[in-house]
Amino acid sequence: MFGILASIVDGVLVGAVYGLAAMGLTLIWGVMNVINLTHGAMIVAGMFGLFYLTTLGIPAYAALAPVLAGGFAIGIAVYWISVHRVIGRPPLMSLLSTFAMNMVLIGLGTAVWGTALFNVPVALPGITLRGYTFTGTHLMAAVLTASIAGALYLFLYRMRLGKAIRAVASNREAAELNGIPTTQVLALTFALGVALASISGALIATLFPFTVLSGTAYQLKSFVVTVLGGLGNPAGALLGGIALGLLEGLITPFMPVSWTTVIEFVVFVIVLIAFPRGLFAFVRHARTR
Amino acid sequence: MRAAEVVRRPTPWLIAAAVLAFALLPLQGNDVGLREDLLLAAVYIILATNLNLMIGYAGYVNFGNIVFFGLGGYVCVWLVNAHAWPLFAAALLAGAVVSVLALCFGFGILRLRGAYFALATIGVNEGVKAFVANFSPWGGSTGIYLSITAYQPLGGPASALWTIYFLLVAVMALSLALSYAVKNSKFGLGLRAIGQNEDAALVLGVPTRRYKAMAYSASAFLPAMAGALFFFKSAFIQPDDAYDLVLSTEAIVAVMLGGQGTIVGPLLGAFLYEELRGTLLTTKAFSNFQLVIAGLLLLVIVQFVPGGLMGWVHRRWPRTKRILE
Repeated sequence: MFGILASIVDGVLVGAVYGLAAMGLTLIWGVMNVINLTHGAMIVAGMFGLFYLTTLGIPAYAALAPVLAGGFAIGIAVYWISVHRVIGRPPLMSLLSTFAMNMVLIGLGTAVWGTALFNVPVALPGITLRGYTFTGTHLMAAVLTASIAGALYLFLYRMRLGKAIRAVASNREAAELNGIPTTQVLALTFALGVALASISGALIATLFPFTVLSGTAYQLKSFVVTVLGGLGNPAGALLGGIALGLLEGLITPFMPVSWTTVIEFVVFVIVLIAFPRGLFAFVRHARTR
Repeated sequence: MRAAEVVRRPTPWLIAAAVLAFALLPLQGNDVGLREDLLLAAVYIILATNLNLMIGYAGYVNFGNIVFFGLGGYVCVWLVNAHAWPLFAAALLAGAVVSVLALCFGFGILRLRGAYFALATIGVNEGVKAFVANFSPWGGSTGIYLSITAYQPLGGPASALWTIYFLLVAVMALSLALSYAVKNSKFGLGLRAIGQNEDAALVLGVPTRRYKAMAYSASAFLPAMAGALFFFKSAFIQPDDAYDLVLSTEAIVAVMLGGQGTIVGPLLGAFLYEELRGTLLTTKAFSNFQLVIAGLLLLVIVQFVPGGLMGWVHRRWPRTKRILE
């Protein structure tokens, strides 16, 4: 019994990190109605960023700050290359445009790194309870996720720039009329979303080994999480991530791991059809008020 | 009189000419290399043309369109391998099964619009792939291998390859005919109304849900048959090949390159893309950058020429709009 509980707790810890990745995706969707299909590539960028910074001798957790900054810079670039021209056009166009960008990035990545497995070794003591060990890296990742999510919340609700982002999200024309430079705000939001994706990638890299192609799997997880939490709803995304982690933790003791994906996607499609606004639609009310 | 008709409505004649070229060119001197090249082109044309029913006509992006191809391949290879079905029957049944499945799925996920639908199609593809990888009657993640005896009814491997090629060309011809028939029907008009403005279409009496599900199902049948033939030919099927999102993507690039919503566009786009891809793969400097170049191509099309080649032609010479569909 305790084993199942331990598995669930571990699932929740990892799920929080998925939630962080999904927050980046959902922030971009909520503000600019663009599904960022470069999301997976950005997660991988975070992973490789952390890998190279640690090979330089920087401790893994100290390297998170430059990864965040790097993600932000990449985000600005990607915005101007692939997103700016398609904002306000039919969703088909922004989907295809970010998708194309993703192909370019992943193609370059595989050309440079191949599909070899990389791994960032982090030594952090865990906590052992009744013979079950809660890995230190998992605990640390969840704590960091919670703090980043808190910081994002403060930024969006307490700072002028965050308020500008929310203003653009609710009505771009009105925001422009009130003197908000909406194009810059959109670029900033996109970069922020990408920075969140890359830092979550870096955190995932401290937990599991990865390849250039890992992005696809985590991007799909982000979709599942986003849909659970309701597209465009950052707080819901975190809850959705935890819900997904809970589900994974619950399945693992009973079924071969390979079935997890099947169940995740069944849940994904069912939730998408039955609750298109997400399981946590009630959180949205708090957001728009 | 006849010539005037050809000039006035050249599309069916163009389709017929393309199909004839596919059927006859490799026969010239038994050119096996050319045949393999055109076989792949035919597969791309089938995928792109059927995908165009969803993307081009109804305005719904189906990122997981490859699920039909893979599922069709699996049903056929399994029937041939485990139950010794003849290829023709197995391929037909594969098409029918996948089409019915798509109809059922379609009614569910087509309640979603725009981006939500696109996400769901990725989910469907990944879900089916993960399921098949765990499904032991279909060999799980190792897949199914066909023994060489499977080719005996077709007169041995060498002549079987020719038969499969001609069958694929026939499926290609049917795809193009379907695209033409749909475009010039009330059904196609309804789909294009959905693509323009779904709410307005609904208000004007287009049965949007039924039409969308029908389009989704129709766009599944021929790709499933193509998958059946393709994987019968390779004598080997496994989840990663069957549900390869890369191929799904390439089909989208082909549609966008040629021009979404037109009949000739996907044909042209798929053919050009396949040729480009072949050239890149065989050029040493580029063989690693095939995806990068496809991506750049798509990026440029989406941002600067969203109508693709045909869209550009139509804008450059507006009179061709009515003639060249």
